[in-house]
Amino acid sequence: MSGLAFGRRHAALPRARLAGAVLLLLLLGFGLLGPWLIEADPARQDLTASLAPPGARFLLGADHLGRSMLARLAHAVRLSFLLSGLTVAAAGLLGTVLGLLAAWEGGWLDRGLSLLADTVLALPGLLLVLLVIAFAPGQILPLACGIALALWVEFFRVTRAQARSLLARPHVEAARLLGFGRAYILRHLILPELAPILLTLAGFGIGGVILTIATLSFISIGLRPPTAELGGMTSEMLPYLAEAPFQALLPSLFVALAVLACHLLAGGRPR
Amino acid sequence: MRRNAWRVLRPLLSRLGQAGLVALLVGCIGFALMHALPGDQAFRLAAERYGPDMVDARAAAAMRAELGLDRPLAVQLLEWLGRVLRLDLGRSLVTGEPVIEELRVQIGYTALLAGTALPLSALIGLPLGIVAGLWRGRWPDHAVLGLSVLLRAVPAYALGLALMVLLSVRLRWLPPGGFEGWAELVLPSLTLALGLAAVSSRVARESVAAVAASPVLVFARWKGLSERDAVRRHGLRNAAIPVLAVLGLQLIGLVEGILIVETLFGWPGIGHALVHAIFARDVPLVQGSALIMGLGVVLLNAAVDFACLLIDPRRGRQEA
Repeated sequence: MSGLAFGRRHAALPRARLAGAVLLLLLLGFGLLGPWLIEADPARQDLTASLAPPGARFLLGADHLGRSMLARLAHAVRLSFLLSGLTVAAAGLLGTVLGLLAAWEGGWLDRGLSLLADTVLALPGLLLVLLVIAFAPGQILPLACGIALALWVEFFRVTRAQARSLLARPHVEAARLLGFGRAYILRHLILPELAPILLTLAGFGIGGVILTIATLSFISIGLRPPTAELGGMTSEMLPYLAEAPFQALLPSLFVALAVLACHLLAGGRPR
Repeated sequence: MRRNAWRVLRPLLSRLGQAGLVALLVGCIGFALMHALPGDQAFRLAAERYGPDMVDARAAAAMRAELGLDRPLAVQLLEWLGRVLRLDLGRSLVTGEPVIEELRVQIGYTALLAGTALPLSALIGLPLGIVAGLWRGRWPDHAVLGLSVLLRAVPAYALGLALMVLLSVRLRWLPPGGFEGWAELVLPSLTLALGLAAVSSRVARESVAAVAASPVLVFARWKGLSERDAVRRHGLRNAAIPVLAVLGLQLIGLVEGILIVETLFGWPGIGHALVHAIFARDVPLVQGSALIMGLGVVLLNAAVDFACLLIDPRRGRQEA
């Protein structure tokens, strides 16, 4: 699979991509290894250390209940990447499969799926996510479902458009006429061409989903407080914003870094 | 002449179809939400209207009869969608007031916020984009790009909080939230505008860079127009087309920004109402505010289509 080579056109890109990749690896390392390496329990309270500044005991300070910011951040970063990765994977798989189906079958299936996509697109994404969340505010499943529901359309439209033009190319038509099976054509002729575009979409998707989850948790309709979540942590610390702006805004820095890493790695040239 | 009329009608009709889809989608989700509420609907509704202590089987039965909750689901769905299409949005489950009345007040506040933020974002984003486009490849270009990338990675709520800490907690220039006067408008609209400017500056930059290098401008200079006339007559209009077209996409960002910023600053607008209705599980209000916001985006997009047609007559001809 040559599709993993992101770089296509721009000569100046690799540096931005490299920076994105390094940043992403650092964050992933912090999120995945942190919870194992850091001794502190993210839920352990120590009210004598409420709002403790960064120091020897709490490397990044403590929140209003005296919980270690470092441990909570590590857990929150892990949660963000896991949840956004799973959501984007589900949405991407669904959108790609439906897009291929629509391009290959054409006819009423294509028209039906396209109408469905247009319906979803008619509503701003966050609005749709909010409507789905309204079924059970504060729980993970509606949150992930709502985001995936808004996100699959992008993959569907790109896959459908690309696959349609690919299927009409002479070498693909020749392969079909020669009697190669669908699975063969898909694996060897279609997917390698689609992969770089889909990976770019997925990169921007993960960045966007991390941002969405943090935002929704910040306004308390994403994940709820006992869970260490990047947006929720800021929301919890809001009453202490004036006294401890560092602890309150630190989780947002991690959101920004994660989104930045995804954008740099995926696009290099955001418009 | 007929083709001319078609040119204007076509995009309008497709936007009308889009509005229908929005109403259908929001209506169906609203109906499903209503039925997904836990417990017996009639009991719950009665409890919310009369208070939990006043509910008995008689009150629930009266509620059931009043709302027709004992009929088949399909009939209820069709009736529900019919009401949504007529913009009859029902009454709030919490206050019992008609949803449309509650929203009417809030739309004004949201329009005020959006109406301030959009020009403000143009004021911030367009000059930066134009400067970057004219000095493309040099340091102003890189600086604006870096700023835009950073601004787009920072969550809107964190940007708002940072501004709040800086301008109202540390410097004490502005009140941090609520709505009592004009000073309260500054922080929310600035937060919203900065997020939008991060995108519009990029579009303006690409557009200006493309036009500056285009044959149109070279020819205008060659035929003897002064630099000022060339830029004013041929440069600006051509550069404005993509910027205006992207304004439609920005509207989606505007809606998302409004949801966040209104909740953060306690701005009494429609996004704030939606988020609080979700807490309270006030389904008619959730549905109504989502519907109005969705339809608002479609309406504004139609206006953008129309403006694009006005400044770029080629667009209609290509499609016809």
